[in-house]
Amino acid sequence: MNLRFVVTKIFRALVTIMIVLSFVFIALRVSGDPIEILLGDEADTDVIEYYRAKYGLDRPIHEQYFLYFKGLMDGDFGISFKDERDAVDVVVERIPRTLQLGITSFLFGLLLGIPLGIFAALNRNSALDRFTMGFAVLGYSIPNFFLGIVLILIFAMWLRFLPSSGSGTWYHMIMPVVTLGTAGAGSLARFARSSMLEVLNKSYMRAAAAKGVPRLRRINWHALPNAAIPIVTVIGFRLGDLVAGSVVTETVFAWPGVGRLLVTSVGARDLAIVQTILILVALTMVIANLLVDLIYGWIDPRIRVSSTMEKD
Amino acid sequence: MATTDTNPRFRLTPRSATKYPILVLSCFGFLFVVLLAAVFADLLAPKSYTALDLPNRLQAPAFLGGPAQYLLGTDELGRDIVSRLLFAIRVSVFVAILGTVIGAVIGTFLGFLAAHARGWVEEGIMMMVDVQAAVPFLIIALAVLAFFGNSLTLFIVIMGINGWENYARLTRGMVLSASSHGYAMAVRSLGARPWRIYGRHILPNIASALIVQFTLNFPSTILLETSLSFLGLGIQPPLTSLGQMLGAGRNHLILAWWIAVIPGVTIFLTTLSISIVGDWLRDRLDPTLRGR
Repeated sequence: MNLRFVVTKIFRALVTIMIVLSFVFIALRVSGDPIEILLGDEADTDVIEYYRAKYGLDRPIHEQYFLYFKGLMDGDFGISFKDERDAVDVVVERIPRTLQLGITSFLFGLLLGIPLGIFAALNRNSALDRFTMGFAVLGYSIPNFFLGIVLILIFAMWLRFLPSSGSGTWYHMIMPVVTLGTAGAGSLARFARSSMLEVLNKSYMRAAAAKGVPRLRRINWHALPNAAIPIVTVIGFRLGDLVAGSVVTETVFAWPGVGRLLVTSVGARDLAIVQTILILVALTMVIANLLVDLIYGWIDPRIRVSSTMEKD
Repeated sequence: MATTDTNPRFRLTPRSATKYPILVLSCFGFLFVVLLAAVFADLLAPKSYTALDLPNRLQAPAFLGGPAQYLLGTDELGRDIVSRLLFAIRVSVFVAILGTVIGAVIGTFLGFLAAHARGWVEEGIMMMVDVQAAVPFLIIALAVLAFFGNSLTLFIVIMGINGWENYARLTRGMVLSASSHGYAMAVRSLGARPWRIYGRHILPNIASALIVQFTLNFPSTILLETSLSFLGLGIQPPLTSLGQMLGAGRNHLILAWWIAVIPGVTIFLTTLSISIVGDWLRDRLDPTLRGR
C-alpha cells in the first residue's frame, strides 16, 4: 500500500487526538478551578493551596499543559469524586457491557440492513421494494429514545414478554439491541440498495449478461464486490451514531455501560469521568476511522491514488 | 427508463408523480401545523402550561374516556397536556431554528474564510472540521454541559455548534470551484472587492445547496435537543420541551403512557416530515445532486 497515503492518514488521526485533548485541557481550565469544584466551597484555603500545588495548578499554564499530557501518558485521568477511585478504573469496568450491546446491535443492523437493501435493489420498484424502503425510512427517522419507550410499553408493560431494564440474561438484550440497531439497519438498507442499483446499471453488468453469465453468478461475482466499496465507508460512519445511540439506549434500559455512566457523571459534574470517556470515545472513533480509511484504500485502489493528491 | 435508472437514490414517490406528491404535501401540512402551534402557543393553549390540578392527576385523554376538559389528558401534577405540548413545541422549534441558523451562519462564514484565505487559516479550519466530524456530537455536547454547567444560552450555543462543519466543508468546496468560474473572474477583473464577489455573486449561486444542507441539519438539531432534554441534561423545568416531556413521562408509563407517547409521536412526525420535504427539496433545488 502507498506509504504516503498511510502516513497522511495517521498524521491526521494524531492531530485530531491532540486537538480533543487540548480542548479538554482548555475547557477544564476555563470552566473554573478544578480544585474548588472537587473540594466544594467550604474547603479550607490551606487545603486548597495544598491540592493546587499537588496537581501543579500553581504553575504557569504551559507547564500545566505539559504536565497534563505527561499525566495522560502515565494513565492518570483524574479521580472520580463520587467514589474516589481512579476514573480510568471506573470507566474500564463498564466497557465490556457497552461492547456487548454495541457489537450485537451493530451486527443486528448489518445483517438486517444490507440483505434487505440488496434484496430491494434486485426487486426494484416492486411492492416489496417500496414496503422495505418505507420501513427503512421509518426505522432511521424514529428517535431511538422514543423507539425504546414504545418497545418497553408494548413488550414489557402490555405483553409482559421482556424485562424493561437491567442486563442479567439475554432476554434483557433484545429490546436494547433492537432500539440501538434499527436506525443502522434502516440507513444501511437504503444505502445498500442505492449502491447496488448503481452497480447493476454499469456496462460491465450488461457485458456479463451478454456473454451468458448466469444471474446468480453475475450478482455474487460481478455486482456485490463493487457495491461493497461504498457500503464499507457508510459502516464506518455508522459507528459514530452507534456511540451516540448507546448513550441514550443505555439510559432508557438502565443498561450498566459507559453511556449511562456518562449521563450520570454529566448530571453529577464528575469531570474526571467525563474527560476520561470523552478521550476514550475520541480515541475509538479516530482509530476506527483510520481503519476504515485503510480498508477502503485496500479494497478500492482508486482511492489511495487520488487521496494522496488532493483530500476533499 | 434510462433517466430513472441512472438515479439510484431511493425515493418514496415515483419519479413520474406530480410536482407536489401527496406525501410531500401532507408533510408540509404537518410542519405548518407545528409552526402555527409554536408561534401561537399562548393563544391556543386552553390553560397555563404550569397550572396544577392535583385532583385530576394522570387523567386519560378525552378520546380514551378521560374528562372532556383535558383533550390529551393530564400529567403527574395534573397539568394540561395540550397546553404543555404547545409550549414544548414552541421551545423545541425555537431552540432548533436558532441553533440551525447559528450553525449555518458560522459554518458558511468559515467556509468562505477558508476558501478566501487559503494557507494555514484554511488548514486550521479544515482541521476543526475533521475533529468535529470524527467525534459524535452528542458526546461533545455532554462534555461541554458537564464542564460549564447548564444554562439556556449555553444550550443554544451548543445547538449552533452542531453541524457547522457541514456548511464549512460545503461552502469551501463550492467557493473554490466557483472562484475559477468565468463569472467570478469577470467580476473580479472589473475591480469588485472580495465581499462583493462572495456576497452578491457567489453566495446566490451556492445558496440552494446550503438550503438543502439546512433541511438536513434541522432534524438533527431537533434530535440533539430532544435527546439531551430527554436525558435530563437539556431544557430544564419550569421550561419544557418535547424531549423533556418525554423524559418526564417515562416515569409514568404504567399508569399514563400518553404523557410520553404524545410528545414522542410529535418529535417523530416532525423529523420524518422534514426529512421527506428535504429530500424533495434537494431534488428540486439542486439539479447537480441528482444522480448521486
